[in-house]
Amino acid sequence: MSRNNESRQSRIRNFSIIAHIDHGKSTLADRILEETAALTKREMKEQMLDAMDLERERGITIKLNAVQLTYKADDGNEYIFHLIDTPGHVDFSYEVSRSLAACEGALLIVDAAQGIEAQTLANVYLAIENDLEIIPVINKIDLPSAEPERVRKEVEDVIGLDASDAVLASAKAGIGIRDILEQIVKKVPAPAGDPEAPLKALIFDSVYDSYRGVITYIRIVEGSVKVGDKIKMMATDKTFEVAELGVFTPKPVAKDELTVGDVGFLTASIKNVSDTRVGDTITSAEKPADEPLPGYRRMNPMVYCGLYPIDSSQYNDLREALERLELNDSSLQYEPETSDALGFGFRCGFLGLLHMEIIQERIEREFNIDLITTAPSVIYHVQRTNGDIEQVDNPSKMPDKKDIDTIEEPFVKATIMTPNDYVGQVMELCQKKRGDFIDMVYLNENRVNVIYHLPLSEIVYDFFDQLKSQTKGYASLDYEFLGYKPSNLVKMDILLNGEKVDALSVIVHRDFAYERGKAIVEKLKELIPRQQFEVPVQAALGQKVIARSTIKALRKNVLAKCYGGDISRKRKLLEKQKEGKKRMKTVGKVEVPQEAFMAVLRMDQDK
Amino acid sequence: MIKGAYVHIPFCEHICYYCDFNKVFIQKQPVDDYLNALDKEISEGLSRAESDLETVFIGGGTPTALDNQQFHKLLKIIDRHLITPKIKEYTIEANPENLNETKFKLMKDYGVTRLSLGVQTFQNDLLKEIGRPHSCDDVIDIFQEARLSGFDNISIDLMFGLPNQTEKMLKESIEKAMILEPDHISIYSLQVEPKTIFYNRMKKGKLHLPGQDVEANMYELVISELDKHGYIHYEISNFAKKGFESRHNLLYWSNEQYFGFGAGSHGYVQNSRVVNAGPVKNYIQLVEETGSGQFASHTVTRKEKIEEELFLGLRKLSGVKKKRFYEKFHCQINDLYGEEIERLKQQGLLYEDEEKIALTRKGVFLGNSVFEAFLA
Repeated sequence: MSRNNESRQSRIRNFSIIAHIDHGKSTLADRILEETAALTKREMKEQMLDAMDLERERGITIKLNAVQLTYKADDGNEYIFHLIDTPGHVDFSYEVSRSLAACEGALLIVDAAQGIEAQTLANVYLAIENDLEIIPVINKIDLPSAEPERVRKEVEDVIGLDASDAVLASAKAGIGIRDILEQIVKKVPAPAGDPEAPLKALIFDSVYDSYRGVITYIRIVEGSVKVGDKIKMMATDKTFEVAELGVFTPKPVAKDELTVGDVGFLTASIKNVSDTRVGDTITSAEKPADEPLPGYRRMNPMVYCGLYPIDSSQYNDLREALERLELNDSSLQYEPETSDALGFGFRCGFLGLLHMEIIQERIEREFNIDLITTAPSVIYHVQRTNGDIEQVDNPSKMPDKKDIDTIEEPFVKATIMTPNDYVGQVMELCQKKRGDFIDMVYLNENRVNVIYHLPLSEIVYDFFDQLKSQTKGYASLDYEFLGYKPSNLVKMDILLNGEKVDALSVIVHRDFAYERGKAIVEKLKELIPRQQFEVPVQAALGQKVIARSTIKALRKNVLAKCYGGDISRKRKLLEKQKEGKKRMKTVGKVEVPQEAFMAVLRMDQDK
Repeated sequence: MIKGAYVHIPFCEHICYYCDFNKVFIQKQPVDDYLNALDKEISEGLSRAESDLETVFIGGGTPTALDNQQFHKLLKIIDRHLITPKIKEYTIEANPENLNETKFKLMKDYGVTRLSLGVQTFQNDLLKEIGRPHSCDDVIDIFQEARLSGFDNISIDLMFGLPNQTEKMLKESIEKAMILEPDHISIYSLQVEPKTIFYNRMKKGKLHLPGQDVEANMYELVISELDKHGYIHYEISNFAKKGFESRHNLLYWSNEQYFGFGAGSHGYVQNSRVVNAGPVKNYIQLVEETGSGQFASHTVTRKEKIEEELFLGLRKLSGVKKKRFYEKFHCQINDLYGEEIERLKQQGLLYEDEEKIALTRKGVFLGNSVFEAFLA
């Protein structure tokens, strides 16, 4: 090893940023990019790292990014920083863990007014598991409600980190940025690893590019890789030839070689992202490593729903959209299904609800397809009376009651972090959602972790919204899969105008069937506009109707307003009305808006 | 050919809670400059497009919010440019609270043929709740004064579907209106629009509207009561004694062309839907600089013209005449919209015979379901 390379390796710092949504991660990343002059101000799009519109709107990062920066430190040396961005939501915790595994350090951003949230905590623990050096940063100290000392103490009490050196910062106002960069130099270790050893590169993300195929984001842990090298994916055993290597500055810059400690990208004419699974190890095909890097897991969808085009002629467009999205998202699964009410569509599997909403929005926005999304469902394990075991991911496919011996549903361990004042509300909510109380841990005098075992289906419904509203937004949630347990579940059908609508069927616990049936029919009455005739809405268990509401007939919609000679306005109103109708699905004779198919999710929101 | 002229006076002494027309509180407004601009806009507008005017309509805002002198100036401007022996209907909108003997006399002197009075309702409490400054007695007094001044064509505006209005209250309003025997009644249902006080209240959940069923009952009540008293229901919101239908408004519904003068006014001139600048100062400046107040315009395509012929024409209870449609567009309605017409007939919303298509009674209530069928 040349002295030169050795000294280069010692000047590399790989880190990511851990923060709760809204705690200012993207703004801080922008400031760091500015401070290291990776971008001039003019080049700087606000919040550079969040590339997709959707991400920016929701204020969350979905896809990881890795940026190489150079920083001239106070010690006079120039350092190479790799900033690896991580998603900030519970659905993506596996991706977070892999991107953390690509780092030696992490900035822990905590909002000076709000303190630590459950999700942040979960990610800090992931960082600790990956042996990262954690640098606490107390952000938004310029807010009037900021309490940096309280938050500093909280970081020490709750996580047990030494926060005496925590940087007090305001990314928005540009306060403390230089301190953060100096701490990265001083505290984050340089990457270890032997450049002469067989190649081990960790894949922490991949995106599909229509010209170059899959672009994998990698961290070289051992060895080095050159353009033209034959490489092997250790989980899938597939081999490729390296076409391009490079780093992002944040513009892509080609390199001939990446070596230990480097974070960059690799392309190799890979056609499908499922060949480059996040967490997998790339090694040399000629001189393979004995063992892959630890921690690889295949991600399985937890939540399923049906996606249908409102305009049935867009079925093929929808299939193409899913194909395109799948190239970039190996955790998205889909297969064709048909519904009597909705026609041809797809049953899709997602990591969680947010993942589902993001995919749905991307299809609508990027591919211009108006969608009907059915209420999400978990996978049920059904044992038939004849002994067969079936996995059911669509309530309307649930076998007849007489053929069912038992139904098992997935349970999760939910950790809810809440201020002391709301423990009562949180527990009440968990009980209502069929939870089993497991534990309650005081993190400090006013923060509590409440731990419950809950059916995943309850979380999928509206648990999160309810939790937020019951605790004025203060509680936060993290959950992990536990396993399957038998439950007393039944299928509930919904009838519109006397006709069963398969896309509205739900699986409910028998004890809650009446209550939920009543809520659903009431909500549907609210969501479905009046038609030219009266429409009964019923909820039924088998043949037995357990709840009913009636959508009254439309009686008057004529514009009886004085518009003077403003004809354009009248036209616009009519056009808008017509447009609204096009976004509805005709089920039988009833025009049903998109939201109605998600009615089960929206039931309790107004209460 | 342009057959009518609308002139907008955007000034008001009070802003009603439901009003989303182009209007401003009159205090400290450059009313005289505005009238000068109007003078210039009308004179130049007339020279730019060929017209053969039969109707003039001065609306607002509140035209009668002008003081006597300004009001006189307005009438002189109108008279100079727009009034010819061919004018068959000359309407001014008036609010009971700012009419007086002088204004009545001026209107008579300048040949105003028709008064349109903003009455809205005959309950003092309700008037207060919708931000109207006048009382029921004001209306009765002014109405009688107008008759004494020689106005033999008076229209009143009424409203239903108002917050806290009951069917009983509406019935009482209609009964009181019947005592006055107006020649024409426009009766609108409240539509809560953005940028109004009602909208603001609605967003805060503080506006208690009667709801669709009560509103439909009210509309039924209006139709049957006015029919009983010999008024002809000739348009969705308009009722008249025989021969007193508003010629000017019929121009709109018959898809004819008309001038729009004044801030924020709309016109239909030389196949374009045009709109003037709304803010008073912008309008004045624009007219001073260009001679026109026009802010935007849209040339109506043939397809749009056909759609408008139908969704405007069907507002008239006499419907759309097939022959006239053919003469105008050189194709048969049924060839263009056969399928839609059949469906609407099946739904009981549309009536068809040899001569015309028209709304049924059910179609009058569900007019929007009919109108939208004719849009692409």
